[in-house]
Amino acid sequence: MASSTERRGTAAPILAADGTPLKQALRRSQSIERRRALALVAPLLLFILIVFVVPIIAMIWRSVYNPEIREFLPQTASALQDWDGTEVPPEPVFQAMAADMIVGVENRTIGRAAARINREIPGARSTMMRTARQVDEWSAPYREKFIEADEDWTNLEFWRILKRETRLLTPTYYLLALDYEYNAEGEIAPRPEVYQVYKGLFFRTAWMSLLITGLCVLLAYPVSYLLATQPTRTANLLLILVLLPFWTSLLVRTSAWIVLLQQQGVLNDLLVAAGLVDDNGRLRMIYNRTGTIIAMTHILLPFMILPLYSVMKTIPPSYLRAAKSLGAHPFRAWWRVYFPLTLPGLAAGCILVFILAIGYYITPALVGGETGIFISNLIAQNMQGSSAQLKLAAALATILLVAVLLIYWAFNKLVGVDKLKFG
Amino acid sequence: MKRFLLMTGSVAALAVTGAVAQDQQLTIVSWGGAYSNSQQKAYHEPYEEKTGVEILNEDKSANALAGIRAQVEAGNVTWDVVDMLQADAQRACDEGLILEIDHNEWLEPAPDGTPATEDFIEGTLGPCFIPQILYATMFAYNTEAFDGEGPKTVEDVWDLEKFPGTRSLQKIPQKNLEWALLADGVEVDQVYEVLATREGQDRAFAKLDEIKDNVIWWTEGAQPPQMLADQEAAIATAYNGRIFNAQVNEDQPFKIMWDHQMFETDGWVVPVDTGNLDLIKDYIRFATDTQRLADQAKYISYGPARKSSAPLVGMLEGTDIDMKPHMPTNPENLETAIPFDVQFWADYGDALEERFNAWVAG
Repeated sequence: MASSTERRGTAAPILAADGTPLKQALRRSQSIERRRALALVAPLLLFILIVFVVPIIAMIWRSVYNPEIREFLPQTASALQDWDGTEVPPEPVFQAMAADMIVGVENRTIGRAAARINREIPGARSTMMRTARQVDEWSAPYREKFIEADEDWTNLEFWRILKRETRLLTPTYYLLALDYEYNAEGEIAPRPEVYQVYKGLFFRTAWMSLLITGLCVLLAYPVSYLLATQPTRTANLLLILVLLPFWTSLLVRTSAWIVLLQQQGVLNDLLVAAGLVDDNGRLRMIYNRTGTIIAMTHILLPFMILPLYSVMKTIPPSYLRAAKSLGAHPFRAWWRVYFPLTLPGLAAGCILVFILAIGYYITPALVGGETGIFISNLIAQNMQGSSAQLKLAAALATILLVAVLLIYWAFNKLVGVDKLKFG
Repeated sequence: MKRFLLMTGSVAALAVTGAVAQDQQLTIVSWGGAYSNSQQKAYHEPYEEKTGVEILNEDKSANALAGIRAQVEAGNVTWDVVDMLQADAQRACDEGLILEIDHNEWLEPAPDGTPATEDFIEGTLGPCFIPQILYATMFAYNTEAFDGEGPKTVEDVWDLEKFPGTRSLQKIPQKNLEWALLADGVEVDQVYEVLATREGQDRAFAKLDEIKDNVIWWTEGAQPPQMLADQEAAIATAYNGRIFNAQVNEDQPFKIMWDHQMFETDGWVVPVDTGNLDLIKDYIRFATDTQRLADQAKYISYGPARKSSAPLVGMLEGTDIDMKPHMPTNPENLETAIPFDVQFWADYGDALEERFNAWVAG
């Protein structure tokens, strides 16, 4: 009987109740399932696409897109293609420049080309604008008239930059973001020291985030242990104490630190009253690195405590007792038995705190002064003010994004994200 | 059917009133705080009363140039009138972001018939810019921070031994570099010439290095009076109107040091492709006439940009404090003043800001 069923199964397809082959019926019902599942996640997918993926692509595009010269000085851009860059360009280039300027003044776009070049050569803006205002009164040949009007038109660097930046995609902003630039010969070279800032800030952001993560581990581990080993009632009460600041607004917590730590603040007042420091020698604990480290460690602490606590909660106390009863020293028992079991929580807390810290903005901005700010503060700075360099900001943000992805990838290789326990 | 018609009718009517209301609205961008308040009292409220137009305030002037750039680039301009510094207006104008203005067509003549182009103080009108006020940035200090006399000159500000204490400076290169060169002995009329050279820039930054460890930086106009009041700083640079406000309204023991004050102009611009141009023009014509500019000086100690307004400047509203001696344009306060060079900063702003930011963060 069993063999005949088997034979029938291989010979003729198994049929569902309505007579269609089972395989087909199954596929149909599964595809309905799949479509329903897709419909359920569609809102989220769409949301992520619109508010996350599209803006990030736009940002990356913006960091390399360089249309100013090509768009606003089109004739000059093409006339310069044959120029070899060794001497002042010939008449046709000046003629093209004059034509571009007349159009540019008419459309009021010449300022955008001028602003672009002014970033590379300070003062080029007013040279261009001055000449552009006169050029409609001139006639060919233009070369002498340009040079007569302003010596700067013989500046080879100006023309070389103009030629170089006719390309539609430029790495210039990435070079700037890493403190490099093109030198007069058009080679990539480090920027003069007085302009270097971003590389140092990337490193500072990284080591300060590491330090903050380390401090969080040191502070959170004992607290989590206490929480996990107390009877439920006490543990819940203590947990509220951890969560209360977590529920308080970030700005409020940061401002509270300002009140506590500033030179006329509570802590300094106490120290002075206790005679530990002189009234004129009040400590500077805020608006510098110390301020950022203290405030951020406090703010990020719950992100370390919660995963640690949730992992420790699942470790039966009998394990430690067993280790001790087998003769292990309490430290050895902790180190060999308890600690390895907390690793998934510890790793989760570390990656959470570190990645949050590396992109932190508001706290360093408020309490970091100058020596305690992060790269995100400089990204913001490049988006504001009259010299806003949105493209440089985009390049810096892209580098930060790539760095975080790399860290995450490396972490995944070393620890394995699937082993993490977030709570 | 009847009901349906009635309904569409009322919907249409609603849409129309909606459109009217939209038309009768102006979004005006300014600096906030005491300054917006003075505009509200002197310009907005009388204008709303006169015309029924509703004025919406946005306090975004600190990022006006970046904001207009972004709005024009996105093709979605929501700001009608923007209060902006002259240097930024110059750049925005060059880049075609704001409207060019025919001053005599847009603006009311003086009461005696002098055309607007001659009534405004020389050099303050820009091709796209209508000035309202002249304001000064200068040093001020808390008299309680010093036992004897306070600092009198910019050199004194650099003298940490005679005048110990924290300095609070604005976190921009503008003005700080000029003062650094002046403190280093450069003549007033050569400051910008020197600052245009690499050596001059090195010199200015080296001078700033001398006090860097004693400096905290401010970014919003409201911060320096606060820092002086809390004695977080002994000396601070500030806008003169903010210090005046703290002196008069909050009784703070502050003193303004007019030595080498730097004055510049602040005024209106109109972004391209914005709303109802007739309404905007009507508002600007009203808000920049002689009386209105003089009225603003009742609320804040900034000098009106029209010559014909100066004689009309009187007392601080509700008090018997004469505003004239508190104006940056008062001859006594102008003795060693430096006009802020808009052209210089349009050219060198990018490079010096980069270097300044690197210097500050380092």
